[in-house]
This record gives sequence, C-alpha cells and structure tokens, in this order.
Amino acid sequence: MPDTADTAGTAQTAGTADTVGTADRAGTATGGPLLQARGLTKTFRVPRSASGSTRLHALDGVDLTVRRGETLGLVGESGCGKSTLARVLLMLERPDAGTLRYDGVDPFALRGRSLLAWRRRVQMVFQDPFASLNPRMSAGELIAEPWRSHPDLVPRAERERRVHELLEKVGLRAADARRHPQEFSGGQRQRIGIARALALDPEVIVCDEPVSALDLSVQAQVLNVLTELQAELGVAYVFISHDLPVVRHMADRVAVMYLGRVVESGPAEEVFTAPRHPYTASLLSAAPRPPTAQDDGPSRRIVLFGEVPSPTDPPSGCRFRTRCWKAEQVCATAVPADEPAPDGPQHLAACHLPIQPSDRGGSRAAAHE
Amino acid sequence: MSTHEKEAGATGRAGLLRLLAADRMATAACAVLLLVGLCAVLGPPLLGDLAREQNLRAVKLRPFSTGEGWEFVLGSDSLGRSVLARLVVAAGTTLSVAVPAVVLSLLIGSVWGMWAGFHRGWRENVSMRIADVILSFPSLLLAVVVLYVFDPSIANLVAVLAIARIPVYLRTARAESAELRGRLFADAARTFGSGNWAIVRRHVAPIVLPTLLTVAAVDFCFVMLTESSLSFLGIGIQPPDVSWGLMVAQGRAELRNAWWTVVFPGLAIIVTTVAMTVLANWARIAGDPAQRWRLTTPKRGRTPRGRGSVPDSAAPPPGRPQPQQTGSRERTAKGTSHGEAPRQEQP
Amino acid sequence: MNGQATPGTAAGNGTALEVRDLSVELSTPQGPVRVVRDVGFEVRSGQTLALLGESGCGKSMTAQAVAGLLDPVAEVTDGQVRLQGRDILRLRRSDRRSLAGPELAMVFQDALTALNPVYTVGSQLAEPFRIHERASRRAAKEKAVELMERVGIPEPRLRAKAFPHQFSGGMRQRLLIAMAVALRPSVLLADEPTTALDVTVQAQIMELLAELRRETRMALVLITHDLAVVAEQADQVAVMYSGTIVESGPVAEVFAAPRHPYTRGLLDSVPAGHPRGSVLPSIQGSPPRPAAVPAGCAFRARCPLARDRCATDEPPLTDTGPGRASACHYWKELADA
Repeated sequence: MPDTADTAGTAQTAGTADTVGTADRAGTATGGPLLQARGLTKTFRVPRSASGSTRLHALDGVDLTVRRGETLGLVGESGCGKSTLARVLLMLERPDAGTLRYDGVDPFALRGRSLLAWRRRVQMVFQDPFASLNPRMSAGELIAEPWRSHPDLVPRAERERRVHELLEKVGLRAADARRHPQEFSGGQRQRIGIARALALDPEVIVCDEPVSALDLSVQAQVLNVLTELQAELGVAYVFISHDLPVVRHMADRVAVMYLGRVVESGPAEEVFTAPRHPYTASLLSAAPRPPTAQDDGPSRRIVLFGEVPSPTDPPSGCRFRTRCWKAEQVCATAVPADEPAPDGPQHLAACHLPIQPSDRGGSRAAAHE
Repeated sequence: MSTHEKEAGATGRAGLLRLLAADRMATAACAVLLLVGLCAVLGPPLLGDLAREQNLRAVKLRPFSTGEGWEFVLGSDSLGRSVLARLVVAAGTTLSVAVPAVVLSLLIGSVWGMWAGFHRGWRENVSMRIADVILSFPSLLLAVVVLYVFDPSIANLVAVLAIARIPVYLRTARAESAELRGRLFADAARTFGSGNWAIVRRHVAPIVLPTLLTVAAVDFCFVMLTESSLSFLGIGIQPPDVSWGLMVAQGRAELRNAWWTVVFPGLAIIVTTVAMTVLANWARIAGDPAQRWRLTTPKRGRTPRGRGSVPDSAAPPPGRPQPQQTGSRERTAKGTSHGEAPRQEQP
Repeated sequence: MNGQATPGTAAGNGTALEVRDLSVELSTPQGPVRVVRDVGFEVRSGQTLALLGESGCGKSMTAQAVAGLLDPVAEVTDGQVRLQGRDILRLRRSDRRSLAGPELAMVFQDALTALNPVYTVGSQLAEPFRIHERASRRAAKEKAVELMERVGIPEPRLRAKAFPHQFSGGMRQRLLIAMAVALRPSVLLADEPTTALDVTVQAQIMELLAELRRETRMALVLITHDLAVVAEQADQVAVMYSGTIVESGPVAEVFAAPRHPYTRGLLDSVPAGHPRGSVLPSIQGSPPRPAAVPAGCAFRARCPLARDRCATDEPPLTDTGPGRASACHYWKELADA
C-alpha cells in the first residue's frame, strides 16, 4: 500500500516541522512552512461604485504561513477577502502582487507537468455541497474525477478499490459510490467533497466554510471527519469560517482578516483568550455565546457601530479605524505594521493601539457606551 | 437518427432499455423512428422501381381501395405512382438530407457555443455577432442563392441547411456553458488541474447536450420543411428523386382532388418529428440522474410542476434532498436543467 | 442569560400569542404531507420565545401559518392561533388582514427580497401608516423618518429618499424591522432575522430587537437554528424536530438540563466547551424527510435512548416540571443523569 507509507512520511515531517519550524518566520527549505504567502494583493475591476472607484481591493498585502499538518483558521466577515485568498491559494486567481511559495517554489511560475504535479498538493473543500458536486455524476465518478487529470497517480485497476477506501474513510459506505449527489443529505455530500479532495493525497486542504451550509447536528459529524483525517493523514488545513467557536475548535493558529488585510494572527488560544486587535476583540464579543461555552469571554459586549466599509474604497491607514473605538489621528495616516505581543512572539497584531492585557475589560466598558 | 438513438440505448446500461420500456410514449416513439429508419435503409433497394413506375391506368386512386393491389393502399398520384412506395423511398432521401444537416449543425453549433461560452470575452462576442448575422439573413434566400450558383446536389443542400441552423445551437450552448463555467463544480475541477477542454467535456457537455438534443428534434421538422420549400422551388431534391417535402410540394396543386398525395407525406413529417421530440425529451430526463426517477413512477406522479416546491413522497429514490421549507440555510444548485422546458431559439 | 430576563415579566402580563395543536399540510402529487404536527406554544407580552430547529423541521412553516402567509400549496388543517385571546384562524380574511401590522408583524431573513426595489424606503415605511392609520401622505412620511431614526439609520431624512439596494444588509434588516414594528404590534415573528448578516452586524440587530421589545412590550417569536442566539436572547425555547415540538421550557433550564435526547445531542455537538481538536459528540444520521417520517418517535433512528416502544408509540409532549415539557418516553433518564 503506497499511500500508508506516504502518510507516515507526511506525519513524521509534520512532527519535525512543529518543533523546528515554529520560530522560523523566514521559512528555510527544510522544516520551514509548507505554504507561505507574502504581500498577496488582488484587485478586481468592478462597475463604477458610488464613489467612482472601479477597483475592488479584495486582498491588500496578505501574509500567511501554513505549516505541515497544522490547521490555520481564517476568520473574517463577508467582504474581508477570505474567499479570494482561498482562490489565490488554489491558483484559481492570480494575485496582482505578492509571492506565494509552496515548499519554496512559486506555483505561478510552473508550467505543464510540474504545474499539474503541484495542483495535486493543494485541494479544496467547498462551502456549498450542493453546487460543488456535478449532479450528473455518481459519488464514485466524482471522487475519481481528479484522477482523470492525474492518470498516473492511481492505476486504473486500483481506482474502484481506492474510491471505496476513500468513501469509508469519510464515513460513507462503499456501496454509495453508485449513488448520485441528490440522493445524499447535505452532510453526506460534504463528505463526498472531502473524499474528492483527498483523492490526490494533498498536503494542504483549503476548507472554505465547510460546515456553514450544514445543520448543527450534522456540522459536528463533518468536523469530526476532518479532525480524524488530519490525525490519520497529517494533512494541513486552511480552515475558513465566520463561525468563531468552530474555528476555535479546529485551528492551531488563526489569522483574522478585515477588508483584505490580516489584522491579527497567532496561536489560536492566545488570539481567542487575549485578542490584541480591537477588531478581533469585538468579533469575539459580538458572537453570541453558545450555551455550553465556559465563561472566559469578555463580560461586556462590544457592539460596533456601522458595518464593514465597501472594499471598493477602503479607509486610509488602518482599515478598521472607522469602526474602532480606540482610533486616533495616527490610525488615519499610517498603516499599522504587524507587532508581536509582549508575551508571545507568534502573536501578531497590526494595530497602533493594541489592547494591553491590563486594559482588557476597561476598554470594553468604554466601547459599549 | 433512429439507429443512432437505438445504439445509444443499447450501449448504455441495460437499465436505460428498461427505463425506455417503462415509458409507453417513448417506446412508441422509438418504434416509429425504427420503422422510418428501416424504410430509409431498405426502401430504395426494394421499392425504388415501384416508386418510379408510372401506371396511367391507376391515376389518382383513392387510398384504402384495395382492389388495385397492395401498393395502392395509400392511393396513387396523378401519374399513377404508388403513394406508399414513394413515401417509403422518400424516407431515405428525406433523412439523407435532414439527418446530416441537423447532426452537422448540432455538432458545429454546440461545440462552438460551448467553446465561446466557456471562454467568454472576445471569443464570445465574435461568435455571437456571427450568429446574429446568419440569423438575420433569410435562410431561404441564402439557400436559393447558393443553390442557384452551385449545383443543387444533396451535399450542397445539406451544407446550406446546416449553416443556416448553426446559430440556434450556438446560442443555446453558449448561454448554458457561460452559466455552467461559473458553477462551483467547474471551479472544483480546476483545482484538480483539469484543463479547459476537460471541464467542457466532463461538466459542460453532459448538461448542455440533452437540451440541445431536444432543440435538434424540433429543428428536424424545420429542416424537412425548408428542404420541401427548396424542392418546391426546384432547387432542392431533383425529380425523379423524391422526398417527403417534395411530395407535399408536388401534391399541393392537386390538394382539391387528390388530398392523399399531400396528407400522407405531411403526416410522415409530423409523426417523425413528434416521435423525435418525445424521444429527445425522454433522453433528456433519462440522462439526468436527478430526474430519472420520474420515469419509474406511475404516470400520475409525473404531472409537470415546479421542482422542489413540494416534498416528494415515496417515489424518488431514498435520500432525495428535501425540498426547502425554510428556504434559507441550504442552497440548492440553481438553474440546473431540472424540469426546465427545453429552450428553443427559433429565428 | 446576561440578565436577559427583563424585569416585570412576571404575573400581570397576558398571553399575547397562543398556538394550540397547529397542523399544516402540504399537498403534493403523492398526497398530503403533514409538515407541522400538533405544534403548541404561548408567548407573553414582553417576552421572547425561540422556535429552535434545523432546516426542514417546520419552524418557518409554523411562523407562516401563524402570520397567515402560507404558500397556497400548504394549508392549516387543525389547531388554533389565539392572538390576545381571539382565534385568528377563524377570522374572515379582511378581519385578519386588519390585524397584520397593528397586532401581528413579521420580519424575514432575506431583507433584500422583502423590500420592493422600485419604491424609496421612505414611502415603503410610510405605507403601514397610510393603510392602518389613514395618515396623510405628509404625516406618514414624517412617521417613517422617525421610525428610521429609531432603528438607528443615520441621516434618516436623507436616506428616506433612497432605494433598498442602496442600503447594506444590516441597514436593510433594520428597515424591515422598522416596517414590522411601525404600528407597535403586540406580537412580532422574526424568521432567522440575522442569519444572512455578519457577526458584528448580527449583534447590532439582536440588540435592536431586544430594545424594541422592552420598549413596546411586544412578544417576540424568534425563529432560529442558532443555539447561541437562543441562549442569549430568549426567555422560553421550543425545540422543533421533524415538524413537531420535542421540548419546551425556560431557556436557562432547558439548556442546563435538557430532557429530550435531541436537545441534548444539539447542545453536545456545539464545538465550544470541547477540547480543541477533540472528537465532538454528534447526532448520527440526518433528519427524516417530511414525507417519510417513521411511525412512533420521529427521532428514534438517531436516538441513543431508543427502544422498542419508540418504534410504535409516538411520545406526546408531556409536562416534566413547572413550565417544562418533553416529548420523550424516557426523559426521566436524561433528567436523572
């Protein structure tokens, strides 16, 4: 079985990467990050907006690092650019500026066979399990579809067995291979989507809101499948979601996005328990607390004014300043740089006036007024 | 066309044949087309002479008068030729013009349309303008000019008819393919590294083709009638060859005293077209896994209705998605060809 | 939670809305399908009742039946809807229409389609005053502007001349709420009012609804699938599964100690409260289709407590304590555990 050997290999490298690579921001070839984005920028041409701008700034200098076998949570509201980022990571869009390095290689420079080989390593699970599966194909055909573009990966004779294996891996039955998507429920379809993403033995799976179209009782099932697969295969996830409890459950590290920029990133626990960027703090406090949550969240709620400005003409300086209760003159003029937190070098926030551990709580009360 | 249909059924899973047998209308349509096909293939060698043989003692015999022999069961025309024999022989000529013309325009139009719709941009614009030009030009006039200049042979006739009908398929295929390329499963295929043609082949064509087939079935009628107009003008099928259209055209003068010379070939055109439409419609449903269950349910359950507006009970296979009640959380794939009436674009 | 139990909800407040044994049938080519089965609940003035359930459980259908907005293919076959004591299902159409607005109003999830794109929002907001209060054009406009100000739309006088598409999602939802509360209804039905909105905007809208409820002492029926929203906003909760209510009671009590395995399963499957990356307890399988609800308990195929009896007897919603009810034969086992 070639894939078990493969899996073991990935898992091992994942282990070493965790111990070696964490402090290494520069990302050298060995033990460095699997995927590294620097200054990704993407603008779209749009019909003239109210302000006369025709450019939609979807991404504006996004830095991102994904290590082997880890889960990077990507959090943000609509229009923050997280879906565009996913599409860039999968090379469905080409960034206007910035670099993407995958194991030190720029995938956008690849052509032909090497590009095809690269495609195999990053796969995607889509938000909508209804639209992302071609209704004309059976589950088996859907899962085997990637092999039609990568005929060398799995020998023809092996394919049926491998499809059955994948189906069982995601908690479906081998006999389901003959059924069509519309015979499955939403949760089951999402499992098919996951199985299809696994068909090429990827190293990174970008999950774009994989459970937000699903009902709560089914969400947990799909999250469990993802967790189990990661433990088994050592695959890394870029987990995009607006649902904070879900991200908190899944992610090792998180990056919070606002209007095309990453405003805060770091180990999940640090970001969630001690947010430094006001936006992160307000996002955390705005999400209604699930009935089972431990009471470690902020006691006073920050209700932000207004809504996310249009990405066609974002505010100058700090993008968040128009809604920020701490905003001062400097926020309008200078773009804040990523600053590490005093207690955690991994925990970065792009804010001129980050929330200090001491004034947590106080600022919140002020914000509410 | 009929043999083509039959092959498709036979090479497909045995289940398709069973589905066909379950639908009486489709079975009947299939039988009709088989008959027409047989006539077209076997007619000319067997009855070719009979169709040309003039019998001036049996001019304008009424149909169903069996006294004169079996060949005059459908009557005879003004030259005493057997209408039945001519009908059978004409099937061959008619199909030899209509089938290649429809197939050619379908093939070229759909491939071109899917290509244009998939790539968008200038390719789409140029293609659509070309289609507009062809459509704005009266096709009959075009045919008249071309066939006057060139030889009115069957090949030229086919070419002219095919070109005139390409825009119909081009426009339908372009619209559908433009919509499908933005669908999530096409994106998904791109993430596997599938090339553009592979996506068109796997994801666009299987969804667009059934619709186009339905359009083609209707178009078949149009092509046959155009052919008859051209034959009437003397630039289509040349006597002594005979086609259904030509028979209608020739018999028109004698409509008052020999209606059967017009009505029977006319009926042949209608019956063939209806059979094709029925079969194309059946194929469209049978080819769509989401719709296939409709064919296995009793007739009562197949009344046309908006899809998903009401829950379906035991009829669909287990686990069919529940139609929306809240209409909110789940998003169903929108705008698939489910239950949509075939789009037709007639000039 | 969070001190949501507003002061003065105790005695003295009449029941604003009472629904009893409500059943709704959809007619399909295969015959009628009961999509809402014997649903009953009541809401008091100034209180919030959450109808909690997953998609397809019939919660929206219930709300539409109460509001008289059912699709023509759906029909109320049984039950009563008492608004301030009057059974509105028995009323004549015109009488019922006169209640829509001053007595009963509804807020929808999709704010864009609920507003007419070709009229300014000002004139749309003025409409209820024109119809129900026979206000003059000018007076109605004035009231509309006041209303827009009340729901927190900046520069209301200017924005009243704008069209719905010129508003953001959150602002549109505010407009819808404004329209719904214009005539100070005694009951407001809100069908997933924040589902389509961003988290930070969601918080604003929920805050606005809570404020309005306190201010006007209306009863709020919140239809949602979000446990967290229920936990924060509602006083009472009715959990729906497969067309019927399986558990009801005060939110804090129900969530602290659920007495139906479905509620229990839902609460358990919330990621918060479980160690990161751990396997979440989940309810196996998925809900039955409305047309194929099994005999006995609809939840039994997914239930860890199911026994033979569940396959034959459908458990009725029975009282399990003061203000609480559960539709499970074995609720005691959950209560004791």
